Amino acid sequence: MAAEILQLLVFGVVVGSVLALGAIGVSLVFAILRFANFGHGDLMTVGAYVAFVLVAGLGFPLLVALPFAIAGAALAAVAVDQTVFRRLRGRGPLVLLISSFGMALVLRNVIQLVWGVDTKVYDPGIQLPIVVGDVRIRPDHLTIAGAALVLVTLMWLFLQKTRTGKAMRAMADNVDLARVSGIDAERVILWTWILGGGLAGAAGVLLALDTRLFPLLGANQILPIFAATILGGIGRPYGAIAGGFVIGIASELSTLVIEPVYKPAVAFAIMVLVLIARPSGIFAGR
Amino acid sequence: MELHGLVAYGIFFLTYVGIYAILALGLNVQWGLTGQLNIGIAGFFAVGAYASALLTTAPTPMHLGGFEMPFVTGLLAAMALAGLLALLVGWITIRLRSDYLAIATIGIAEIVRLVLKNEEWLTNGVRGVPAIPLPTAGAAGLAQLAFLALVGACVLAAYLALERARRSPWGRVLRAIRENETAAQAAGKHVDRFRLQAFILGSALMGLAGGLFAHFVGFISPEAFTPEFATFLVWVMLIAGGSGNNRGAILGAFVIWLVWMATEFFTAQLPAAYVAQASALRVILIGVLIQVILIFRPQGLLPEALARRRQARAATSERTPAG
Amino acid sequence: MSLLEVRALRGGYGAVDILNGIDLDLGEGDLVAVIGPNGAGKSTLMKAIFGLVALRAGTVRFQGEDITGERPDRIVRRGLAYVPQERNVFASLSVQENLEMGAFIRRDDFSAQIDRVYSLFPRLGERRRQAAGTLSGGERQMLAMGRALMLEPRLLMLDEPTAGLAPNVVDYTFARILDINRLGIGVLMVEQNAKQALAVAQRGVVLVMGVKRYEAPGRELLHSREVAEMFLGA
Repeated sequence: MAAEILQLLVFGVVVGSVLALGAIGVSLVFAILRFANFGHGDLMTVGAYVAFVLVAGLGFPLLVALPFAIAGAALAAVAVDQTVFRRLRGRGPLVLLISSFGMALVLRNVIQLVWGVDTKVYDPGIQLPIVVGDVRIRPDHLTIAGAALVLVTLMWLFLQKTRTGKAMRAMADNVDLARVSGIDAERVILWTWILGGGLAGAAGVLLALDTRLFPLLGANQILPIFAATILGGIGRPYGAIAGGFVIGIASELSTLVIEPVYKPAVAFAIMVLVLIARPSGIFAGR
Repeated sequence: MELHGLVAYGIFFLTYVGIYAILALGLNVQWGLTGQLNIGIAGFFAVGAYASALLTTAPTPMHLGGFEMPFVTGLLAAMALAGLLALLVGWITIRLRSDYLAIATIGIAEIVRLVLKNEEWLTNGVRGVPAIPLPTAGAAGLAQLAFLALVGACVLAAYLALERARRSPWGRVLRAIRENETAAQAAGKHVDRFRLQAFILGSALMGLAGGLFAHFVGFISPEAFTPEFATFLVWVMLIAGGSGNNRGAILGAFVIWLVWMATEFFTAQLPAAYVAQASALRVILIGVLIQVILIFRPQGLLPEALARRRQARAATSERTPAG
Repeated sequence: MSLLEVRALRGGYGAVDILNGIDLDLGEGDLVAVIGPNGAGKSTLMKAIFGLVALRAGTVRFQGEDITGERPDRIVRRGLAYVPQERNVFASLSVQENLEMGAFIRRDDFSAQIDRVYSLFPRLGERRRQAAGTLSGGERQMLAMGRALMLEPRLLMLDEPTAGLAPNVVDYTFARILDINRLGIGVLMVEQNAKQALAVAQRGVVLVMGVKRYEAPGRELLHSREVAEMFLGA
């Protein structure tokens, strides 16, 4: 039993890494642009497929392809924002939410159009797990957790040390005050999409590395990502990271008692409990 | 033969329009009238479809039931079960902001999909429920025609009931809530209760549409209830037709289904290599269409009222701060 | 030439006008207090000057230039700063970061200005690494004003700077506002604490139902019986 729990904790950290990277962007966009972006999961998928082209097509090592995937997803996010969302700013959060739902389906189906519906993998080889005590860890899992750690550290440096990063935190904290302070909202919004979209792209690559690629890869994660976002408190990137790990670990541990296919229901249940008990998130300071 | 085929196609086409019109009317109660965002229409639609299917099919070891109950019982159960699901979701989330409700509804739709896919004893899983009876009998084309009449009657009944509701004190309170929640609250209205009632009513209509759909197509599986077809198209219809306007919802269902079918003609012209991807291309086209509508004609084909349109124009031209 | 010149301002939220044609002038280095009953449009007036409210008519000129309906981030660059009544600090950012955000549009070295703010409000200097959300009400108000001062504005607009503060903190805050004014910075403040506000202000403006009812030197208004009966609880 102890070994089983330990093993599930390992899986939970892997899933949590992916959810954390995905939830950061949702949280920042939710706070700064004030809408729940239903297309965020599909930005993950974009990243995963960009890496696939480079890995399977050009023989890049996955970690070399990762920065390209990040750039690709960031570019997709910025393109969607500048062509569509930008024209809808000031029309209220609900219109943007509906629009993002439509853009989610567009992205998803563009991916399907280009790469088809069949599942794919980065590396068809079989990996020998590393055995530590009773716990088996795949080398891929170390890659996923390591890459997530590096990316979160880079994000931390950006948010804490750079002028744009601080402005992003300020806008996520209080949009109105940011405006009257003279902060250039459009510039911060652009960087928010670059950061959030890029991290989503990385999350997609890491998720595909853990499982496999298919057009619904990211879309299937939108519910746990929203759960992680709400758990961490909207507009709180560090809270989103914590929320991602809580949701990831809780979903994995839940398989001790419920069917694994119902993992999304666990994320949903946690989210609903948080919404009722403490809508500002459990990691929120105020 | 030519004519016969055309008539058969027309019946098929209009039946779908009718089913989607009921979905759009249901969404209009929630979004158009009350400002509630339901991104999980597929869940309520599917619950209605399965409810009616399991009750009316012949006994089989493949899934729960069937109970060979009358068609009307099936439809009533479809509405009741979808309404019950809405009561459950709404009871928990109705006090929350509308964007949280949207997230909750997508969660419910996802859980419904997982249950339909994985609980084989109940639904036969991915293999689906076959042999759902068409309630109308008759010669080849006539049964379908009679069913179309039935769907049409449902649309009409739903429309008349909703128009009556909209003009009633109940409907006025709902609009007051949508426009200004605090004012409605201050006027002593039980905002939450009204919102919940509207949410349940809308979801029950979606369940009704699901029941009709199940009997029309005769076979349902979880595949039929994707967010593309069961949620997104309905949103496009309502927004294209005119949110808040029941006639707009019906017109939107007709126009958008026409566009949807036209895209099929368009994609049929593509080289053979792309035919397999045709449905993806069609979704992309509709996805772009909704963005164009939201940007250039957010009030839809039939705006709710002239006054509101003027207000919307004034708001956009003055570039007021986001609110 | 006056620093701020408001003419026949009309506007509000949605269909209803809150401001019904307001004129207001404020000279270089003036300290003006706007008082009036709840719902008179005091806060709306500030937001309207700062481009945060839809205007139906009227003009706002600052340093002789028309800024009517200009975007807040542009207005800030002209030397007009605004401190909202609520949520006026970035709660999750440190004190120092709040001041940096106040200086966001400055590309020069603004460390000297930060030091000036800390010398004006020594408590902030002691807490520069602390998150703004953990400050007391009075300290938050100091920080909010400090943030607004980072661009070295010509005019500072304060929306109810002493609302909800303890009496000794109210006194302290008014003293600091006078300090700021003595630096030559014009101050336009909306106040519920009418007595104290009029005591420190050179001029007072009484707003009722979205129009200017009286305008006179602060002390004169303070001793006007009519005003006293209406607002000062005499």
